[in-house]
Amino acid sequence: MGSPVTTEKPGRHTAPPGPRGSAVSALLLDTMRRNMRQYGMLIALALIVVLFAIWTDGVLLQPNNVTNLVLQNSYILVLGIGMMIVIISGHIDLSVGSLAAFVSAACAVMMVEHDVPWVLATLIALGIGALAGAWQGFWIAYVGIPSFIVTLAGMLLFRGGTQIFLGSRSIGPFPEGFQKISTGYLPSLGPDTNYHNLTLLLGLGLLVFALAQEVRDRRRQLSYELDVLPRSLFLAKCVAMAAAVLAFTLTLASYRGVPVVLLLLAVLLIGFGFVMRNAVVGRHVYALGGNQAAAKLSGVKDKRVIFLVFVNMGVLAALAGVVYAARLNAGVPQAGVNFELEAIAAAFIGGASMSGGVGTVFGAIIGGLVLGVLNNGMSLVGIGTDYQQVIKGLVLLAAVGFDVWNKRKVGS
Amino acid sequence: MTAGPAPAPPPVLEMRSIVKTFPGVKALSDVTLTVARGEVHAVCGENGAGKSTLMKVLSGVHPHGSYEGDILFDGEHCAFKDIRASEAHGIVIIHQELALVPYLSLAENIFLGNEHARRGVISWNETLKHAAALLRRVGLREHPQTRVADIGVGKQQLVEIAKALAKEVKLLILDEPTAALNDADSAQLLRLIGELKEQGITSIIISHKLNEIAEVADSVTILRDGRTIETLDVGAPETTEERIIRGMVGRDLDHRFPERTPYAGDPGARPALEVRDWTVHHPIDQQRKVVDGVSLHVRRGEIVGVAGLMGAGRTELAMSVFGRSYGRNISGTVLKDGEEIRTRTVPEAIGHGIAYVTEDRKHYGLNLIDTIGRNITLSALPKVARRGVVDEHEETRVAESYRRSMNIKAPTVFEEVGRLSGGNQQKVVLSKWIFAGPDVLILDEPTRGIDVGAKFEIYSVIDRLAAEGRAVVLISSELPELLGMCDRVYTMAAGRLTGEIARADATQEVLMRHMTMDKG
Repeated sequence: MGSPVTTEKPGRHTAPPGPRGSAVSALLLDTMRRNMRQYGMLIALALIVVLFAIWTDGVLLQPNNVTNLVLQNSYILVLGIGMMIVIISGHIDLSVGSLAAFVSAACAVMMVEHDVPWVLATLIALGIGALAGAWQGFWIAYVGIPSFIVTLAGMLLFRGGTQIFLGSRSIGPFPEGFQKISTGYLPSLGPDTNYHNLTLLLGLGLLVFALAQEVRDRRRQLSYELDVLPRSLFLAKCVAMAAAVLAFTLTLASYRGVPVVLLLLAVLLIGFGFVMRNAVVGRHVYALGGNQAAAKLSGVKDKRVIFLVFVNMGVLAALAGVVYAARLNAGVPQAGVNFELEAIAAAFIGGASMSGGVGTVFGAIIGGLVLGVLNNGMSLVGIGTDYQQVIKGLVLLAAVGFDVWNKRKVGS
Repeated sequence: MTAGPAPAPPPVLEMRSIVKTFPGVKALSDVTLTVARGEVHAVCGENGAGKSTLMKVLSGVHPHGSYEGDILFDGEHCAFKDIRASEAHGIVIIHQELALVPYLSLAENIFLGNEHARRGVISWNETLKHAAALLRRVGLREHPQTRVADIGVGKQQLVEIAKALAKEVKLLILDEPTAALNDADSAQLLRLIGELKEQGITSIIISHKLNEIAEVADSVTILRDGRTIETLDVGAPETTEERIIRGMVGRDLDHRFPERTPYAGDPGARPALEVRDWTVHHPIDQQRKVVDGVSLHVRRGEIVGVAGLMGAGRTELAMSVFGRSYGRNISGTVLKDGEEIRTRTVPEAIGHGIAYVTEDRKHYGLNLIDTIGRNITLSALPKVARRGVVDEHEETRVAESYRRSMNIKAPTVFEEVGRLSGGNQQKVVLSKWIFAGPDVLILDEPTRGIDVGAKFEIYSVIDRLAAEGRAVVLISSELPELLGMCDRVYTMAAGRLTGEIARADATQEVLMRHMTMDKG
């Protein structure tokens, strides 16, 4: 710039000169309003965690329970990521629970009855998922049958397939390597501290990465003269984030370290988060969900993108099936019942819209965690599954209802 | 109040000093509207002037208490809490987007929410009888049991009016009633408004079309920026189109089009785009030819118009050429710079440097829930991406440059497109296609539903595109627009080409004669 004037950018709103505080709070409110669903759900998640932490006398946050929480919900979170993308594209997939069951049955038959090595069996399982996704994607994208119908059919098809495969048997146990997918932890390295060293290292790495990302975003926004949070609030946000990451890391590190599935989830979250935010194909998914006709006339290859979305969902459903089978250490005919509903609920609680075009992968994780913490917390305090369902139903209704109400308020 | 000498009868409607604020925006800052009993009163103003908001206040869409000011109807103070309350007083509004249920019959629609029923059980005989009478009254010869989906937009508009009559309307509000109608349907509608006036029904008509106002209205109130500018007697000699336009825009508009240097290239130059013997069949009714053997061409630097009435096949022609986005059984050839090209998919068409800017930006042009920036880059994302990854920095830079050069009125390019006004949305669509870098732009009704000031800006952009050596095809229903902008104008009627008229020979009368020519 070279000019001696201050680099403080002029406010884009020519607001009347007033106390600085009110401008800040207005900005804060505005930011909150625009990202209400995400912030709201993050706050709701925090409240639920605090509530159950108190209610369970801290059991909820004990290291072994936190680890357990991650393990229990891993397959729903995997499904939630895929489901979020499907819903953003303007579709729905009701078949994922059945498909996960089918894949876990296939794994069981391959490994236990035909002695297929577990790595190969896992790869074949993912391949089955891709094929199943391609099958559904073909009917939806190229033939034009509504996804609701195609995946409803798929739900029956794959469930029936599972039962044909297994009869009423449950097949297990699995080789140890396969079980480790769901029950394994990262190896411990280095000197004997009271903590899991590799976990601490990963946690620190994550923290540095996240903070760097925040600072970079802020800098970029400033360079476009966008409104950003004032420095003090930004620092507070960073501190809160750091505290959360550190607390989580220490909790895990004081038990058995990072579970393998958590690493898997982190990779999926970062990978799909990046694809949906920054890749051309991710952008096309949002565009199709937001306005299919306009996207098509803009040269988006609509059929191919939708096809790929369902192939991807198939692979993720298969992965969820693998994780579930590994956790259960058996292939059972009733596996994955209602998984699709949990995944769909996670996506909507996490900010998806019924009409498509809206939502983030991160939101699906938040939504899944809200459900997961509710499940876990309610079980700990001894609420029966009957009431658990009632409460989860109300939470879903409240989350989406709040969003609808909020939109109407902003809109009118 | 009534102290002054009042020779005129008391007005049927008085809206006094209406103020309506939305979060952050003052939509109406001081509007006064007085409508005499039994007249047709036009309300006009640019988009965003507050016409629709005013009508929503009047009809109770914005309930009493959400605005300031008084409404007197039939001498009574009114405080409507919803539409039902205003309808109970005989005020009925017909919105621009018709509110009919497509798969119900005309009769069912006419009495929707107002059924002939006793204890919740509908009397169909009575319903059909009254529906038939109402349809006769609005001059619609259709059976009351016809489905709404099976009649055209013009007739649907008449059904809306029948529905209003069923509610014993005293004040009928029509929001741009002829915007989606062809000339014949418009004429019929305007005639009907005149007939209703003779039956004692007062009408308020919101319109962009000044000739329409001159034809049907008794007086006109002009709004600008949420204020009443003036109310004029349409019959008075000083009420001219120029005066109304001046009132609407607040400035003299002696140049409605940019000064344009006509195409100076060699008339024998090889066309940038040529379509030969193009025939398209209707996607459902496959016997019907929607476009029938059309051949046309456009050269670089030239603006070529395509004129035609509704149903002439102009949009269908453009969309079928652009990646077969419309129709079945398409035949004919497309040539780019003299060589035959394939344009079977939209990506192919874009790849050959063709862009189609839709007439329906909300449904076919924009992702309304996404940002300005992401809309602008959508059709050419690879230009701001490397190995499939979007460079958001570059994307924002590009979008920002279009925001400035196209004068898109938004604080940043991160604003949601759905929040912009029609004119600014149109600039976003244009930016998107200019960014795609086409040689040929097909612009379909690029100024539909946008205000006069934004129109001029769009015209300037079109002019610049041609000056840069791009070929422009301009499809428009507004004849002055075609005359003001084009070097040549093709006319179409019922799917066929009926004329090719040079700029020098083109007048509104000549164009209209060709547009109504029936070669069948």
